[in-house]
Amino acid sequence: MTKAMTGAKMVVQALIDQGVDVVFGYPGGAVLPIYDEIFQQNHIQHVLVRHEQGAVHAAEGYARATGKPGVALVTSGPGATNAVTGLTDALMDSIPIIVLTGQVPTFMIGSDAFQEADTVGITRPCTKHNWLVKETDKLASVMHEAFHIATSGRPGPVVIDIPKDVQFATGKYTEARQVETHYAPQVKGDMEMITELAKAMETAKRPVFYTGGGVINSGPAASQLLRELVAATGFPITSTLMGLGSYPASGDNWIGMLGMHGLYEANMAMHDCDLMINIGARFDDRITGRLDAFSPGSTKAHIDIDASSINKVIKVDIPILGDCAHVLEDLLNVWKSRGRKTDKENVTKWWHQINEWKKVDCLKFKQEGKVIKPQYALARLEELTKKHDRYICTEVGQHQMWAAQYLGFEDPNRWMTSGGLGTMGYGFPASIGVQMGHPDALVINVAGEASWLMNMQELGTAMQYRLPVKQFILNNERLGMVRQWQELLHGERYSSSWSESLPDFVKLAEAFGAKGIQCQDPDSLDDAIMEMITHDGPVLFDCLVEKHENCFPMIPSGKPHNEMLLGENADVANAIKSDGAVMV
Amino acid sequence: MSPLKIKKGATSHSAYDLRPNFSDKEEQHTLAILVENEPGVLSRVIGLFAGRGYNIDSLTVAEVDHLGHRSRITIVTTGTPQIITQIKAQLGRIVDVHKVNDLTVEGPSVERELALFKVVGTGDHRIEAVRLADIFRANVVDSTLESFVFEITGTSEKIDAFAELMQPLGLEEIARTGVAALSRGSDT
Repeated sequence: MTKAMTGAKMVVQALIDQGVDVVFGYPGGAVLPIYDEIFQQNHIQHVLVRHEQGAVHAAEGYARATGKPGVALVTSGPGATNAVTGLTDALMDSIPIIVLTGQVPTFMIGSDAFQEADTVGITRPCTKHNWLVKETDKLASVMHEAFHIATSGRPGPVVIDIPKDVQFATGKYTEARQVETHYAPQVKGDMEMITELAKAMETAKRPVFYTGGGVINSGPAASQLLRELVAATGFPITSTLMGLGSYPASGDNWIGMLGMHGLYEANMAMHDCDLMINIGARFDDRITGRLDAFSPGSTKAHIDIDASSINKVIKVDIPILGDCAHVLEDLLNVWKSRGRKTDKENVTKWWHQINEWKKVDCLKFKQEGKVIKPQYALARLEELTKKHDRYICTEVGQHQMWAAQYLGFEDPNRWMTSGGLGTMGYGFPASIGVQMGHPDALVINVAGEASWLMNMQELGTAMQYRLPVKQFILNNERLGMVRQWQELLHGERYSSSWSESLPDFVKLAEAFGAKGIQCQDPDSLDDAIMEMITHDGPVLFDCLVEKHENCFPMIPSGKPHNEMLLGENADVANAIKSDGAVMV
Repeated sequence: MSPLKIKKGATSHSAYDLRPNFSDKEEQHTLAILVENEPGVLSRVIGLFAGRGYNIDSLTVAEVDHLGHRSRITIVTTGTPQIITQIKAQLGRIVDVHKVNDLTVEGPSVERELALFKVVGTGDHRIEAVRLADIFRANVVDSTLESFVFEITGTSEKIDAFAELMQPLGLEEIARTGVAALSRGSDT
């Protein structure tokens, strides 16, 4: 059955049919008909952000915390160009979002009309797919297909650019089940390869699971199967920044995050292992360090849904193309049916070695004197909030790495951070999206003062919708990570890496009607954190911390995993050679 | 969320040998890419090559199935086997791409290119140009008293050879279509 309706109504109808309950957006001339339809219905809540970048990050946060696609709605021209950073961020981190952009009417396209931009041209390289819909009759089917493409295979952002005349015109509404598509990525892995991996697991002496965001994107079943596989085999497991939470931080086999600021034991295990089982990670440069010295003696297996991720930077021995949950299920079955064998004696020896590395205690720090160490702030935040089913967002920089190191994640979809693109300004709007998805949960954005200022206007959004997001700002009055690199690489010449003329964050919060808390005394930190948690409303927490703290451990760029800099006695001045300096 | 109807014979976006033996030697490959004939699809393919720093030695595109709404893009590219594999996998990710065939590795194929040559000259040069065109089985498609336009079809090497010979004989301009290629035999 096909119904006739206007394009604008089709947009809303398709969103309802796809189960969307919230849209983050900002109106403008080219989307007024859609806003008019939103006004006249009660199924979908619209959240008015204060900047289009905020809308897209909020949609990302919502998607990551709920497992459902996020939706943003912005106008043509500047609305669309402001969405570009969020789109690129979602592409890099494989987050399913649908961004609807208004466009000037079809008869004005190409005339340099007011607020005209070549949106599909601009967003082509930063979306999984995009459409310019020129006929109202096709709008509904494009909307349905967009949800299918954003969420299937390797997820990602899509853009639908809708000219204003297409929104006004009347056409036939197509139901989702009437839409044909050829896009159907393979989800089942090759059984021969899966068997080969099971065999490798039986004989491995020094195995390690290396998991990534793909496990989380694959859905809760994948995390469940991963936990089962880890428990059954007894192998150690590490994860990338993106994969935190798929295996619980309190789990017996957890050896911590790996990578540039990962744990000593995790990176050493990666370097010395004889079987590396990569599940849904992509051998990112933050993970591998120097490529020719990356885990030199290991057999590498790689499970990934995207063929282009396999053998892109690291040559693997056992490639398995498929969805993590599907492959893990088959892998468990094959391994069990072959008799649940592992080389227990050698795996036990391997654990002894890992436990020796753990003794280095690479995250140790001393909280002395009257200045709060950022690590201490996060350790206290962890202690005081770990009983809550909390959701953590971050901005980008030192605080992000410390949050990953000092906070423990027990479940997937609880950790929202900009991994691939490294977008400062991501965390605050993302926390708004998370809170919209989980209205009663404790949502905390761990931020640096510089990152937080990049999208501070969203405090208005948090207030308007009474979203009690907690902004936990580690304020060192520096661009900490930039400062750290300048210390390591640029002769301690701190070019433009301090934050001058910072606002009074308490007064800033109050100006928006929110609550502001400042804390600079380690002894009153616990009380201040409790005050933040118990306050029913948005809180801006200005935590004044040590200004010159560096983030360790660290694999300096251009170095392999087994040449980490640890916090104490690190030869910081000679850490990075000129060939490593060109890398970021 | 409502599921869509998945077409029969839908592509799996995965038709690549995932365990190749990589060498460092650069190779030239001819890729045939069957795409949905949508606006912007060529831009997606070219944008991929530009954005990721791959080479395009030659590019040909035209609609090949009007009812089925399909175009065929033929790209000749150069890279190490790892890069070539990566290019194919990246092309396979594009939603509008239905099929990627590497004609260089998937059995024998025929490759042809068409070119037009404008040769300007008089006297001996003019006579020699026509003589060589005859040897290369190039046709004269336009003529004035002091110029010819030749039409030549063949492999890119043949056209290169013809260009080299025409150079001293007053070659002024060349238009080449780029390579069109099909696999030999009955398989598609």
